[in-house]
Amino acid sequence: MRPILMKGHERPLTFLKYNRDGDLLFSCAKDHMPTVWFADNGERLGTYRGHNGAVWCCDVSRDSSRLITGSADQSAKLWDVQSGTQLFTFSFDSPARAVDFAVGDKLAVITTDPFMGLSSAIHVKCIAADPDDQVGDSVLVLKGPQGRINRAVWGPLNKTIISAGEDAVVRIWDTETGKLLQENDKEVGHKKTVTSLAKATDGSHFLTGSLDKSAKLWDIRSLTLIKTYFTERPVNAVAMSPLLNHVVLGGGQDASAVTTTDHRAGKFEAKFYDKILQEEIGGVKGHFGPINALAFNPDGKSFSSGGEDGYVRLHHFDPDYFKIPSI
Amino acid sequence: MAEVMSMEDIRTEASRLDIDLSVVDWNSVWVPPGEDFGIKSDDEDLHEDNSLEFDAGFGNVIVVDNLPVVPKEKFEKLEGVIRKIYSQIGVIKENGLWMPVEEDTGKTRGYCFIEYNTPQEAELAKEKTNGYKLDRAHIFAVNVFDEIEKFMRVPDEWAPPETKPYTSGENLQHWLTDEKGRDQFVIRAGSDTEVLWNDARQVKTDPVYKRPFWTESFVQWSPLGTYLATVHRQGAAVWGGASTFNRLMRYAHPQVKLIDFSPGEKYLVTYSSHEPSTPHDSHRVVLNVFDVRTGKVMRDFKGSADEFAFGGTGGFTGVSWPVFRWGGGKEDKYFARLGKNVISVYETETFSLIDKKSIKVENVMDFSWSPTDPIFALFVPEQGGGNQPARVSLFQIPSKEELRQKNLFSVSDCKMYWQSDGEYLAVKVDRYTKTKKSTYTGFELFRIKERDIPIEVFELENKNDKIIAFAWEPKGHRFAVIHGDNPKPDVSFYSMKGGKVSKLATLKQKQANALFWSPGGRFIILAGMKGFNGQLEFYNVDELETMATAEHFMATDIEWDPTGRYVATSVTSVHEMENGFNIWSFNGKLLYRISKDHFFQKEEEISKNLKKYSKKYDVQDQDISLLLSEQDREKRKQLKEEWERWVNEWKTHHNQEKTERQILRDGEASDVEEEYEAKEVEVEELLDVSEVVVPDA
Repeated sequence: MRPILMKGHERPLTFLKYNRDGDLLFSCAKDHMPTVWFADNGERLGTYRGHNGAVWCCDVSRDSSRLITGSADQSAKLWDVQSGTQLFTFSFDSPARAVDFAVGDKLAVITTDPFMGLSSAIHVKCIAADPDDQVGDSVLVLKGPQGRINRAVWGPLNKTIISAGEDAVVRIWDTETGKLLQENDKEVGHKKTVTSLAKATDGSHFLTGSLDKSAKLWDIRSLTLIKTYFTERPVNAVAMSPLLNHVVLGGGQDASAVTTTDHRAGKFEAKFYDKILQEEIGGVKGHFGPINALAFNPDGKSFSSGGEDGYVRLHHFDPDYFKIPSI
Repeated sequence: MAEVMSMEDIRTEASRLDIDLSVVDWNSVWVPPGEDFGIKSDDEDLHEDNSLEFDAGFGNVIVVDNLPVVPKEKFEKLEGVIRKIYSQIGVIKENGLWMPVEEDTGKTRGYCFIEYNTPQEAELAKEKTNGYKLDRAHIFAVNVFDEIEKFMRVPDEWAPPETKPYTSGENLQHWLTDEKGRDQFVIRAGSDTEVLWNDARQVKTDPVYKRPFWTESFVQWSPLGTYLATVHRQGAAVWGGASTFNRLMRYAHPQVKLIDFSPGEKYLVTYSSHEPSTPHDSHRVVLNVFDVRTGKVMRDFKGSADEFAFGGTGGFTGVSWPVFRWGGGKEDKYFARLGKNVISVYETETFSLIDKKSIKVENVMDFSWSPTDPIFALFVPEQGGGNQPARVSLFQIPSKEELRQKNLFSVSDCKMYWQSDGEYLAVKVDRYTKTKKSTYTGFELFRIKERDIPIEVFELENKNDKIIAFAWEPKGHRFAVIHGDNPKPDVSFYSMKGGKVSKLATLKQKQANALFWSPGGRFIILAGMKGFNGQLEFYNVDELETMATAEHFMATDIEWDPTGRYVATSVTSVHEMENGFNIWSFNGKLLYRISKDHFFQKEEEISKNLKKYSKKYDVQDQDISLLLSEQDREKRKQLKEEWERWVNEWKTHHNQEKTERQILRDGEASDVEEEYEAKEVEVEELLDVSEVVVPDA
């Protein structure tokens, strides 16, 4: 089907997130205003106003009532999804980046960037059921990795946190003790910055994308490398189909080099790979810049991509797509 | 300071002078020349040099034999003559000329010794005057004194050479016997050089051999694909064999820059150029012709770059490569080079000039051998401001007979294109218009194999069209021309059949700037390289129809598989991105793609796969596609099983954690969306069944 071009952001997209029901799509961009859209027809529902810097990441609670966003204005904010009102602001001394609700939505993990001599950190916050009871104190602060932490997500049963970032290492932390449990095997790991991380629907495995032009699939409990997908461009965004054994990688040449070459050289395509065979099966073109964000609708029948060009493209799969023979 | 200081003394002396020895850079300490303060240098190189000069110190002495035997009274005159000859070459040392005389008669003995200052001069003198004709009876035989000893050691009795037992070598053409009729190709990327099978039916490559730092500059297949040549600082080497690529032979040639095989791969020409010692000298170049199998130098050529730089355009520091062009087809009988006003043709039997003379052609600019016959075409530009017309001639070797000549007027440039069977020669002639401000292009077409070699003048319909590319159909009678001025030029096809050039078709407005015929003819790729972003059009000239259009973005090189079944397009690291190559079928279907960072070079082994095998190929095509699915199924099955294991593990974990998860979610039990949907559907389809009888080939 023709993709739906969603124009609303004025600056490059940074992150996309569907709610659990798959009817809403949340988008974050560098233009300070996270936006919510109808995931079906791409109509804009509204924006969340209040941030004063680029918004890097967001997460929505299981019941689609709360939205959490991490922003370069050194804060992470809690929003009421329906009304768009700000419920709480977590303030930090450095830009906030990745955010993720835990199972049960009572905890959230927020990462902060290294800034003015401060090192990067992973903060765990309690999320109160009633916003009036919300406090800003951290339950746990994890420090250690060098450089930016680009993504942090919860592991099974909230017992672990998985983080990855500029130092190209994927780490698993214990949420009880705050100890570092595991780092990935250097031999097989990424060679350059990990830019993105996507968990499987059941949380059993996850996919990381890196500037080393590859994406890797890991077991979330043992941190065993299961698959590697090679591409021709740095990977900025990854997503896994909840329906079929497909993974999608998005990326492209560095934004600063784009103007120097033909747009075809950039390979600003969303590339589909067979998850098991690690073979490329197709690509979706369209963006005029690198793809920064990818998300699959939880029903697996559509996906959206957000680019450096400021557009979100919503693709509903043709019936043919579901007939792609797997194995 | 006469005696040698001990290290202890040096330390005390240094501390007295307030010098910190640990920070002194000894390499920057210079002693006045000729003065060593009594300290022996422990520089190893220096020692070696010295010992060399003293041990075999006669390297600068030459022995000149075959001098006239003269009585006493003529001694001085002869000495004067010899001194005159040899002092031209270098400085003869004081008392360096010694001509022994017979004691009783006072007659000279017919030889003399000459001592130069340096061994280089001696070497040069030997090179230049050996064989010098003083008069009819006296032809100098010059040797370096050191070599005399070597000759002395030759035993007087002839001893039969030991016959070594025959050891069978590896089959160098092993790749020709590949069951699947595949071809090999070599790629260089980064520091690695790899030889791979082009396994197009399995749409992938199959590695044969890989070796890091195999070559220091480039690799090259020999024309028939028997050898793979690598180039190193010390010389060139050839490799070959079934799958291991052993080194077969080395060809010592220090600083070798370029190599060239003869078409029948009997000989290898190597080239190097050396910086001159003084800036006003020109580069010295050295060319060696090796026998590929024995590694023996058959002939060497030395001289200044100017001597070899004549004619042609481009090339390496002024020398157009290859300097020697091989003629006479695969027998490697002749090779020739262009000199000032001459063409020197050598024959490989004796490695000397044919009839000991070069062919004199005033102002010759360029020449080109027929690919099959000992015939070459040469081009002489206009002389005397147009009074003497330009000329294209055909010469036959070894008779040096001029077969055909054509005078051409107001010519600015000529280019010669031979058809691969040597049947036709096309000369592209750029002529000035009447105003002399611009040029237009026409062709002179020679039919070499017909009686009297008829020439036909051929011009494009629009005479002002610029010719962008011209190419003969290999083994065929057709040629293709890209012409036009606008950014989208036209492509035309013509046929030589029927005694007259006839146009077959013109394709308008194509994004193309290069033509690549299939080695078997019939198919051609119109390619828009580099600036045209790698547009490819696969065209069938028999049917006059486009088979496919495609794009390999930024393609820099295109190469046909020698059988004409596959095409490789590649982007080498000339371009900063997209490095890698694509393999296509002849009809424009992309078979597979491989990307490599720092990709330099790709060459395909030339296999002369024969038409008669094509039936067999078809049979094998089927076999392999069966095999492929077999292998593939196996592999896929394995991967799938592996995956299933993971999924099952996750499932158990997931179920075990179910209750805990519910607690975390305040008792919400909905795990519905996390249920696995693993359905296994097996579909078997019979695609095609056919029987083929394989004749015993």
